[in-house]
Amino acid sequence: MPEPRVISFREALREAMVEEMERDPSIFLMGEEVGHYNGAYKVSEGMLERFGERRVIDTPIAETGFAGVGIGAAMVGLRPIIEFMTWNFSLTAIDQLINNAAKLRYMANGQFTLPIVFRGPGGAAHALAAQHSQALEGFYAHVPGLKVVMPSTPADAKGLLKAAIRDDNPVCFIESEVMYALKGEVPTGEHVIPLGVADVKRPGRDVTLVTWSKMLHTSLKAAEQLATDGIEAEVVDVRTVRPLDAGAILASVRRTHRCVVVQEGWPFAGVGAEVVALVARDAFEDLDAPPERVTSLDVPMPYARNLEELVLPSPARVVATVRRLLGAEERRVGAPVHPARAQRGR
Amino acid sequence: MDATLLLDLYRQMCLSRRFEEAAAKAYSQGKVSGFLHLYIGQEAVAVGAISAAEPTDYIVATYREHAHYLARTGDARGAMAELYGCATGCSGGRGGSMHLFAAAKRFFGGWAIVGGHVPIAAGVAFGSKYRGEPDVTLCFFGDGTANMGAFHEGLALAGLWKLPVVFICENNQYAMGTPLYRTLSVEDVAVRARGYPMEAEIVNGDDVLEMREAVRHAISRARKDSLPFFLEAKTYRFRGHSVADPAKYRTKEEVQKWMERDPIGILAGRIRTLGIATDEQLRAVDDEAKAQVQDAVRFAEESPAPAPETVEEHVYA
Repeated sequence: MPEPRVISFREALREAMVEEMERDPSIFLMGEEVGHYNGAYKVSEGMLERFGERRVIDTPIAETGFAGVGIGAAMVGLRPIIEFMTWNFSLTAIDQLINNAAKLRYMANGQFTLPIVFRGPGGAAHALAAQHSQALEGFYAHVPGLKVVMPSTPADAKGLLKAAIRDDNPVCFIESEVMYALKGEVPTGEHVIPLGVADVKRPGRDVTLVTWSKMLHTSLKAAEQLATDGIEAEVVDVRTVRPLDAGAILASVRRTHRCVVVQEGWPFAGVGAEVVALVARDAFEDLDAPPERVTSLDVPMPYARNLEELVLPSPARVVATVRRLLGAEERRVGAPVHPARAQRGR
Repeated sequence: MDATLLLDLYRQMCLSRRFEEAAAKAYSQGKVSGFLHLYIGQEAVAVGAISAAEPTDYIVATYREHAHYLARTGDARGAMAELYGCATGCSGGRGGSMHLFAAAKRFFGGWAIVGGHVPIAAGVAFGSKYRGEPDVTLCFFGDGTANMGAFHEGLALAGLWKLPVVFICENNQYAMGTPLYRTLSVEDVAVRARGYPMEAEIVNGDDVLEMREAVRHAISRARKDSLPFFLEAKTYRFRGHSVADPAKYRTKEEVQKWMERDPIGILAGRIRTLGIATDEQLRAVDDEAKAQVQDAVRFAEESPAPAPETVEEHVYA
């Protein structure tokens, strides 16, 4: 086993890119300020020096242009990593991702593979206001043909990015501005985490918190607080929003009988709705309470710090939601017992 | 003049024309569905341009691409079966008229959002340059594309990175159903390209030989000097934007005037003048094209629809 050391999230991402680029000359990194500026968030620091201008390519501010160039390059067998300075800017290139990257293989009946990674930070940072504070995974996860990866720890960031680069499909790899400095143990060298495999970040018996990316940390904090009251939350980090590890989510919910999705995105038609539908359909008999969601409020992100805090999911809101679910269970005392629950002897 | 070449260009233009006439007929019979954008009147552009390319050069085109596909592949069966939505179609019945692909022949679509494929073509050329390969990419689009952001970003990057791509604007004077004088702030699209910068020329798109020569020059610049090149081919489509468009925004006189300079007629005239072939021989070439199309229609009509159990195949690799 490679020996782990403590490095930051951004270093873990860089390590993944550097190792993969050393392994495979068809991989290149392209985006705004990835080269001479060393990356807006310093993820690509030093990579220009290491690989030169041929493989670490600064672009103008032209997301549609360079996203499309990446797709064309992937059509002829290169493996581009396209960095969006933030995923908010990807919206100007969304036609490239949804109409071109996602659909090419299908429209051409399998004649092309498109090994391309689009990566960069998503979600809110601090006080960046409505146009720079959006969790867009739901947009991209909606589209067949795309994969959506959202790591929460430095180790996952490295392992998942290596897997994304090796994947033969277009992958949206969404990081977080506020997590780049986060430190954690990361294995050296070959450390690849398959896409579509969730990870139980904290075991528990009373409720399943389904989450990803930055919201993992919100969920873990909530779980700690709940534990002081004797409520044990199991925290399932899906890691890949699409493909979604339905098996891991269902297995956990079948143990805990309660499910709360914690997501940064808006509630309406978001990823959480998909998880809730999954659980309601496939674990209905196992549920002791309706599946719930903790999401951002259904508003564009306000600038003022106090309002921003209000909009984003917090540990307190997760705790309150879990308590409400458990309370609802208590309030049902005396009501007729569902046969499935009676069978379980509860 | 190379007689064989001229007759082959003539054959290809006839094939495209006859193919589309058959496609329109099949559409009216309900055998072909969806959108069907006919190229009739513009054949000299695709046939001339693609005849100037090596088979290893890449072609990236729009949703009005039957002629481009046929000029590159000669595969009338695969194209017609695709229009019919058959498993034997060149895109397995998943693409239709607007999404013809032949990866092995380096025919890279078949894209149906105006302008979206322009950066992709630049990317294909980027790939050639990245690997030090000599291949050039030909990117076709209409005049309506010249107002799209993706067009400008694609050209900007091709200019900045000196990518070996030849942009071919087929100016048929109408962006869908709206004439250019109401949609374009400049008279010639070519002036826009010069700012990126790249060499830009205006060419008579109804003359297949002029088209071929212009593209030959553009490709050689792109290949030799790794520079993008822009050609604006002035032409005219005889039919509406799609078969659903009766094209009432044009006068009969205008259409008539352009039909008098039918690109196939122009080439036929030149062939006759040069004494390369008689009317009878030209008719035989056209009959050959008709027979190939009839064979393609028969093939499509006898081909099976895609198997239902394959519907989820090829979403992911």
